[in-house]
Amino acid sequence: MISKSNQLFTGALVKEALWQSFVKLSPGKMYRNPVMFTVWVGTLVMAGVCVWILTGETHQGSLAYNATITFILFITLVFANFAEAIAEARGKAQADSLRKTREETPAKWIQSVGEIFVNEIKMVPSSNLRKGDVFLCEAGDIIPSDGEIIEGLATIDESAITGESAPVIREAGGDKSSVTGGTKVLSDTIKVKVTTEPGESFLDKMIALVEGASRQKTPNEIALTILLAGFTLVFIIVTVTLKPFADYANTPITIAAFISLFVCLIPTTIGGLLSAIGIAGMDRALRANVITKSGKAVETAGDIDVLLLDKTGTITIGNRKATKFYPAPGIKEDQLIKAAVLSSVADETPEGKSIVELAKSLEKGHLILDTTTISYTNSGKQTENYPLNEVAFIKFTAETRCSGINVPQARIRKGAADSIRKITQAAGFLFPEATADDVKAISSNGGTPLVVSENEQVIGVIELQDIIKSGIQERFQRLRKMGIKTVMVTGDNPLTAKFIAEKAGVDDFIAEAKPEDKMNYIRSEQTGGRLVAMMGDGTNDAPALAQADVGVAMNSGTQAAKEAGNMVDLDNDPTKLIEVVEIGKQLLMTRGTLTTFSIANDVAKYFAIVPALFITSIPALQGLNVMNLHSPETAILSAVIFNAIIIPALIPLALKGVAYKPIGASALLRRNLLIYGLGGVLVPFVGIKLIDLLVSVFF
Amino acid sequence: MISKKINYSIMNSEIVGILAMFALLLLLAIPLGRYIGKVFNLETTWLDSIFNPLDRLFFRLSGVNTAKEMNWKQHLTAFLTINLVWFLLAMFVLTNMSWLPLNPDGNPSMSADLAFNTAVSFISNTNLQHYSGESGMSYMGQLVLMLFQFISAGCGMAICAVVFFAMKTQSESENGEKLLGNFYTLFIRSCTRILFPISLVVAVLLLWYGTPMTFKGKETMITMQGDTVQVSRGPVAAFVAIKQLGTNGGGFFGPNSAHPLENPNYCTNIIQTVLILLIPISMVFALGYILKRRRLSWVIFGVMTFGFLLLAIPSVVMEMKGNPAIAKLGIQQNMGSMEGKEVRFGSAASAYWAINTTCTSNGSVNAMHDSVTPLTGMFAMLGMMINAFYGGVGVGFLSFYIFIILAVFISGLMVGRTPEFLGKKIEAREMKIAMIIALLHPFLILVGTAISSYLYAHDQATYGGWLNNPGYHGFGEMLYEFTSSSANNGSGFEGLGDNTPFWNIACGIVMLLGRYLPIIGPVAIAGILANKKYIPESAGTLRTDTTTFGVMVFAVIALVAALSFFPALTLGPLAEYFH
Repeated sequence: MISKSNQLFTGALVKEALWQSFVKLSPGKMYRNPVMFTVWVGTLVMAGVCVWILTGETHQGSLAYNATITFILFITLVFANFAEAIAEARGKAQADSLRKTREETPAKWIQSVGEIFVNEIKMVPSSNLRKGDVFLCEAGDIIPSDGEIIEGLATIDESAITGESAPVIREAGGDKSSVTGGTKVLSDTIKVKVTTEPGESFLDKMIALVEGASRQKTPNEIALTILLAGFTLVFIIVTVTLKPFADYANTPITIAAFISLFVCLIPTTIGGLLSAIGIAGMDRALRANVITKSGKAVETAGDIDVLLLDKTGTITIGNRKATKFYPAPGIKEDQLIKAAVLSSVADETPEGKSIVELAKSLEKGHLILDTTTISYTNSGKQTENYPLNEVAFIKFTAETRCSGINVPQARIRKGAADSIRKITQAAGFLFPEATADDVKAISSNGGTPLVVSENEQVIGVIELQDIIKSGIQERFQRLRKMGIKTVMVTGDNPLTAKFIAEKAGVDDFIAEAKPEDKMNYIRSEQTGGRLVAMMGDGTNDAPALAQADVGVAMNSGTQAAKEAGNMVDLDNDPTKLIEVVEIGKQLLMTRGTLTTFSIANDVAKYFAIVPALFITSIPALQGLNVMNLHSPETAILSAVIFNAIIIPALIPLALKGVAYKPIGASALLRRNLLIYGLGGVLVPFVGIKLIDLLVSVFF
Repeated sequence: MISKKINYSIMNSEIVGILAMFALLLLLAIPLGRYIGKVFNLETTWLDSIFNPLDRLFFRLSGVNTAKEMNWKQHLTAFLTINLVWFLLAMFVLTNMSWLPLNPDGNPSMSADLAFNTAVSFISNTNLQHYSGESGMSYMGQLVLMLFQFISAGCGMAICAVVFFAMKTQSESENGEKLLGNFYTLFIRSCTRILFPISLVVAVLLLWYGTPMTFKGKETMITMQGDTVQVSRGPVAAFVAIKQLGTNGGGFFGPNSAHPLENPNYCTNIIQTVLILLIPISMVFALGYILKRRRLSWVIFGVMTFGFLLLAIPSVVMEMKGNPAIAKLGIQQNMGSMEGKEVRFGSAASAYWAINTTCTSNGSVNAMHDSVTPLTGMFAMLGMMINAFYGGVGVGFLSFYIFIILAVFISGLMVGRTPEFLGKKIEAREMKIAMIIALLHPFLILVGTAISSYLYAHDQATYGGWLNNPGYHGFGEMLYEFTSSSANNGSGFEGLGDNTPFWNIACGIVMLLGRYLPIIGPVAIAGILANKKYIPESAGTLRTDTTTFGVMVFAVIALVAALSFFPALTLGPLAEYFH
């Protein structure tokens, strides 16, 4: 079970992250982040200045002042590293708890001689399993490795991975053949073929991604790094050229002041938090039980324009449900309900069960089954009993396309209108006009009609309806406001599909969809320049998953589907796509807003430091000291301290992400500009002033 | 009491004059923008019947195939090649004009470093003048410079049109690069359909108000005091018209438009002031016409105007209030601060002109910028440091385009989408170019000023002669000179002794880099974007034609362009102001 701890900092994590913050100070690691690397160089220079003062230099200010500046710069570096380290630690903790599920488990390895598997079983540790090996799992066994069932069927408890307690069925062949290491077989026996080399499963890949070993900067991160490096360069120019300017004006400026000005102006806030934001994005995806194969996939999710959603399970609750009975002319409702319920006794399909449930909930028919009798109570509280040995169940077959029951007095059948029509007409009866009308009406309302006959005579129709998930309309509304087009994919006929599409509020639908239809739809949207996301599980979904810009494979799906997609959803929840899109948007937004905040901070820092640089030699510049800071030293110290502590202050925001609100792009920009832009201008004025009040006590 | 009343009425009429100029400007710029759009779109206009045969003649003579469309790289090659050829031609004429024809006053040839500075200055649309026209230039030289004022302006407009076309492309390029029209056609049409006809009308108007237009040499006159003076003349009216229209700014005479023959009265001052901003603003409306995005052009115009007014209004107020240093002496300044200003224009119109000429890359002056109050001097410098509030003909929009790209990138992230502008994704490569161009301007200005400050501070013996007033003002003069060069403006704080090899060569290099890189960069970005896949707009797309986005662009300009100069300005005009 994954720990869904929402606490940002726990003791162990902080300890680990603190240690890492110092490890990361090595130049080899700092080099990856150009902004913080310049701070690192600045800190070294300041350390040099301190040594210089110790050896007798007198023009650079007091040792205590220089040492304090050096220390604050050092702390700035540690804070920035801490941000990255805590994000990594959180991601790692998350991944570790997943990995625990797949620690060494014994595997019943089926030995093979060449291509032939012999029936000899050997116990080996799971880490010895290689791709292509086959192992056996029996009831009670923990599955030792990811793989594909090649023989058998089993119920499996996947709660270790998904947190969902209801067991699932996995069987050889078809789209439900994949098993995940760490899950438990509850019943039956399966033979499983290993599909990944040890250390190469999705989870292993994800852990490597979070730990930074294989983390690569995404294109967007690279572009942002260029922007930040550019800003850093501007301020290198500003600071370096200030030296000859000051010479001209006969204003000596200490090295500490130069370096403080530089460090305050460069975007250290976003520079320090940038990688933490990226890791936190992947971590948020993992918390939503989605394994991403790259950081880029999360970002792309934020750009999605078109969302392909399967109808069943996403838009509608798994299956159709019976909603109403329509008796044929001259038939009492009671008779129809009784026939409908009896015909569904042996019907294990959800549709069949829903008929029984509907009758019960309408309080018009109640069914009790025991080992020997079927007893049925109608609305008049009259009970009839049918001993099981006197009835015969008629199974659904592809030829007859109807199912039913034979009880002593009646042959009851239910099925599609066409098949019942055949039965009645073959027996020489008419298919009633009124029933035909009902059938048509139900179809055009997006429902599925099931006609019931008793002794080859039509007695009525049962209406089955797709039940649209509650709240799904609101979610589509939200998506529309984000600018995302939703497309429903269904095997239903266009009429039904259209009805459900309208009712659920999706923008478009693909009816009678074959796998290649999805593929073609994705291609045509992509040619139009749009990014498409879809979710799938079957092998026949694999090409479309690969073609889509964001392909989320269900964990229960086939190996092919999981390989083709760029994310795997451990919960097998089709609505997960919507969450993934929001995680992607949050990631970009957090980067954007913190960049804005960081740059906006410069206004106040300029007004703190620039007057401080010149005030001693040009007292008239006191007019620029708008914050009325105590002295040049306190002004510079306050700015540097503010610059340092703003980093840890923003770590929670970087890790949690800026909340996304689907209010339209311009409104969102306005909102974020106000909060992070205007806020970014004002906050440091207040912050620096307050710190100055504190610091001035020591001067 | 009476004097105060007069004071107010003067002030009111001066302000009305400024408002009238701005209103007239808008009245002309909007239709002109449409017209420019039509010219670039190769739509028919009423001048076609005159110029089509002429164009064809030019192209037949030069062997240019106008049917061949170019991609962005070919456009840049064409642009740079013709600039190089003209640069060499200018160097030849300027260093040999003493014996070339049309030299009635017998003016000498230029030294190599001054010729380099002047040639660069005119092909780069800067028109920084380290010489004085009446004594340093023959009529042949003046005519070549006049030609260059057309050429540099025409080139700027043509290359800007290339960016417009690149912004317009929506379909993906199928094989190879997107084709964006023919550079030579755009260039010739800019000159013959836009610059030439307007210049002609303006020159005739100026002629009517008394500006000379002759190839005769100096005229001898007897003044009212009875002295005999030699008055320089020449083909002035034609020169002044294109000087203002093409945001060139190079004066025929040393004092530029403060000279009574270049700018005889308040009416010619109105004409010239309007001309300074006319094409830069029209180009923004031309963008709206060509892209069919009127709203976008209004947003751009709005941001530019807001920035412009932010600089112009306090400057006008400052100058009208008078110089505090003079006020301290107990001298009444009913007319405002009049040091270095012409009485026929007054303090308000002169201050307004100062911001006009520095916000665009014009650089002509009708008063001495060296004598304006410190803050007006700072606002004039800020106009050049930002260089995108209207800016030069064509190139002003290109600078603004860089800021749009930066703003789109940051705000795109803020709304949770990979940033895109007009349906094209902005990625690492474009950001790299945009950042280099955004960096270039502060780099050239600050490093140039740093080197000169260093030399002046450490070797007074050699370089001490540069500055008439050392101190903050002297620093301001050096800062101004490099700012003006980098912004391709060309105006000067005239206190600087600038005709020395250091200033000629340093400013020449800064002008070259400040002209060509900020053209190459935006064209490259627009070209690369044009070749990218078009993404249709959705509700999640950030629209760039909204006030919110305008605010964002303005914030980026203020933070990136203006703030990096804050420390330098503190040591110059701000120190002077607070002192």
